[in-house]
Amino acid sequence: MSPREQFVAFMTILRKEIRRWMRIWTQTLLPSAITMSLYFVIFGSLIGSRIGEMGGYTYMQFVVPGLIMMAIVTNSYSNVVSSFFGSKFNHSVEELLVSPTPNYVILMGYVLGGVARGLLVAVIVTLVSLFFTDLHIHSYTVVVAIVLMTSILFALAGFINAVFANNFDDISIVPTFVLTPLIYLGGVFYSMDLLPEFWANVSKLNPLVYVVNAFRYGVLGVSDVSLPVAFAMIGLFTLAAFAYSMHLLNSGKRLRQ
Amino acid sequence: MAAMVPALTIENLSKVYGNGFEALKGISMAVQQGDFFALLGPNGAGKSTTIGIICSLVSKTGGRVSVYGIDIDEDFPGAKKHIGIVPQEFNFNQFEKVRDIVVNQAGYYGLPRELAEARADKYLKELGLWDKREVASRMLSGGMKRRLMIARALVHEPRLLILDEPTAGVDIEMRRSMWDFLKKINAEGTTIILTTHYLEEAEALCRNIAIINHGEIVEHSSVRDLLRRLHREVFIFDCVGELPETIPVSGFVTRRIDEHSLEVEVEKGQAVNEVFRQLDAAGIEVRSLRNRANRLEEMFVTLVEGAA
Repeated sequence: MSPREQFVAFMTILRKEIRRWMRIWTQTLLPSAITMSLYFVIFGSLIGSRIGEMGGYTYMQFVVPGLIMMAIVTNSYSNVVSSFFGSKFNHSVEELLVSPTPNYVILMGYVLGGVARGLLVAVIVTLVSLFFTDLHIHSYTVVVAIVLMTSILFALAGFINAVFANNFDDISIVPTFVLTPLIYLGGVFYSMDLLPEFWANVSKLNPLVYVVNAFRYGVLGVSDVSLPVAFAMIGLFTLAAFAYSMHLLNSGKRLRQ
Repeated sequence: MAAMVPALTIENLSKVYGNGFEALKGISMAVQQGDFFALLGPNGAGKSTTIGIICSLVSKTGGRVSVYGIDIDEDFPGAKKHIGIVPQEFNFNQFEKVRDIVVNQAGYYGLPRELAEARADKYLKELGLWDKREVASRMLSGGMKRRLMIARALVHEPRLLILDEPTAGVDIEMRRSMWDFLKKINAEGTTIILTTHYLEEAEALCRNIAIINHGEIVEHSSVRDLLRRLHREVFIFDCVGELPETIPVSGFVTRRIDEHSLEVEVEKGQAVNEVFRQLDAAGIEVRSLRNRANRLEEMFVTLVEGAA
């Protein structure tokens, strides 16, 4: 396929993906807005007002970056895992597999479909957060870079989950038993300074710690981890997830007989 | 003049699945450009595996496959551009609209949006799906879903169309209209490979045939040659008057089906005229005559049972 044809194929997949989650916006966009509003009300306003300051900011200001990142992570991940597994389940993935579309174009189409949903949800959640607190962005460069890298990373992770999933239970196991605990233990609601040294060190094995803290740095200018280390870790995880996704597509594992 | 490369060449193609099942045992065959080719065989013979390998849904264990001279090991995307596939099972998103399914498929082949939409509209009209273009595909009848898969397979205008049991579960009227459509696009130059369980379909449509059984090709010839090799045909004579208990026809194997129907086996070299003459001499008037079974079916059963 010529580069122009590949671009057409990529845009076809991306358009189809965006239309899919836009069509079912009550299942894809609305829940995050409602859930995050509840987080803002309960943790930010009601409980947060009794907690006082954290990291030099009000508790509401402290949790907002983490909650926005939580929405990006879950939406990027769940979009790709449900869409790609769905196409595997109803065999419509064969439409792509029999076509000359290169594997990397297939992967990019699905991943950017998930990234697009993650970004739109991030905008919605950010707008909702403005009802509860003022947001001043410390570094737009860091914010944009970390949002893109994170949504790509978790969209890739969703793709890997979808390839291995055999049924609909399998696509909810990882978000429920792995992703959600990692998010909650990733410093969304607390600073690492509150943890004993041992648990603070254990937390550094959690990729969500780098994601949440790098984004918090972009918004507030404070972070529990070094920014270069956070970018390096997220970049490393993203490259590994991309390489493994390509390996799965090229080998045809669980996609071709 | 240089000979045309075959539309499809398969050499020593083998497939062993992960569970150790040997689906293909080194088959070889060729389909010429412009042919209407039937790939027949009982369930589990290896037809769908062969088709799956050609269109990349199944990985081969060994052998070579070329599509219009393009080796799939060297340039699979190049080979795929020439192939349109209509699988046995419905494999589209049931929630997507009919037109979107066809337009998107064109996009996967790199067709610009405007051209993709024009092509989709053309084939949806030709296949009688234009009125359903904005309907979710799950709302279509079984026959319409089959036609949708044909429109989807044709949207990039492939030179080789492969149909895996396209008329399974389709009513007679729909089947006939599909046959007419396939004959038309074949006449316009598209090479067609068809697998089917309806041997009548292969006999009516196809010029050449391969019969596959237990992963091996047991027959590869023209339909005409195959039928010429038939030694025996069975005819049913529908008679006006009541037939006597003892049939007044000698030199033929006969069986009285009921009081008006007579079954006669006509061996190679015998003439049906002789049956008419003897019945006429006995004062039995024949209202109509028909072939008892599909001729190809008899040959198929002979070949497949012979190889078992």
